[in-house]
Amino acid sequence: MTQSQDLFAAVRHKSAGSAAPYTGEIVLEIPAQTEFVSLVRLVVSGAAQLHPDIGPERVEDLRVAVSEATTNAIRSHERVDSAAQIQLTCNVTEDQIEVTVRDRGSGFDPDNLPILPDPGSPERLLHESGMGLRLMRMLADETEIRPSSSGTCVRLVFYGSKRNRAAVGG
Amino acid sequence: MHLLETSCEGPWSVTAVGGDLDVVGGPELRQHLMALISGGSSRLVLDLSGVDFIDSFGLGVIVGALKRTRLLDGDLRVVVPVPRIRRVFEVCDLDRVFKLHKTVQEAVSTP
Repeated sequence: MTQSQDLFAAVRHKSAGSAAPYTGEIVLEIPAQTEFVSLVRLVVSGAAQLHPDIGPERVEDLRVAVSEATTNAIRSHERVDSAAQIQLTCNVTEDQIEVTVRDRGSGFDPDNLPILPDPGSPERLLHESGMGLRLMRMLADETEIRPSSSGTCVRLVFYGSKRNRAAVGG
Repeated sequence: MHLLETSCEGPWSVTAVGGDLDVVGGPELRQHLMALISGGSSRLVLDLSGVDFIDSFGLGVIVGALKRTRLLDGDLRVVVPVPRIRRVFEVCDLDRVFKLHKTVQEAVSTP
């Protein structure tokens, strides 16, 4: 049985009222074409919606953050005209969902991006881009960006509500 | 992205859109808004009530169109009644760059 089959077996258990944990890994490879971003959103949000500990608002956060990471990966492949696939893994455990997006594109330095002017400044309107990284960092509980000469790996982690409550001592 | 409706409210050109404003839908919206501005409309209302998803690409298109209308002494007013769509604007502090309206009526009647 593959890991993704494991996941759906766990889902079937859950729907049958079993207390079996909802865990597993989904692996998805997509061509570096923008039309596939909506498919990625559909798959990861579908996995998140089935998690008993991830609420609707967190599913939305995950949809946006994963869309940003996937769009960046596709853009990165376009810059170097790469025909390689982009690989995504969605690892579901009892207390979190971890999504990893790996590309083989040109890479980028997350610490060397332009700083957006203050929202009250007229210059803010000169910046139509630069919001994607902010969205990822603000919406995910953990964001890790590992650039290398062979591409970039973005790791996004979304905690379940029990883990979040534990983190704040609730 | 799909156009749901275009209409006029006094001096305002109102565009209602639905679907996804991402790397695929964003360029379609940009093309539509640029055509309106090139055609002489600089007071635009963008109604996002029917939008299912928006990310930084969609936000960038809206910021770009707002900049162009203001260069022409016009404005672009954004209607965002759905909290989960509104949240994306707020995370990027765009609710501090321009006011987010809950209805088209509110957008066109604000001085």
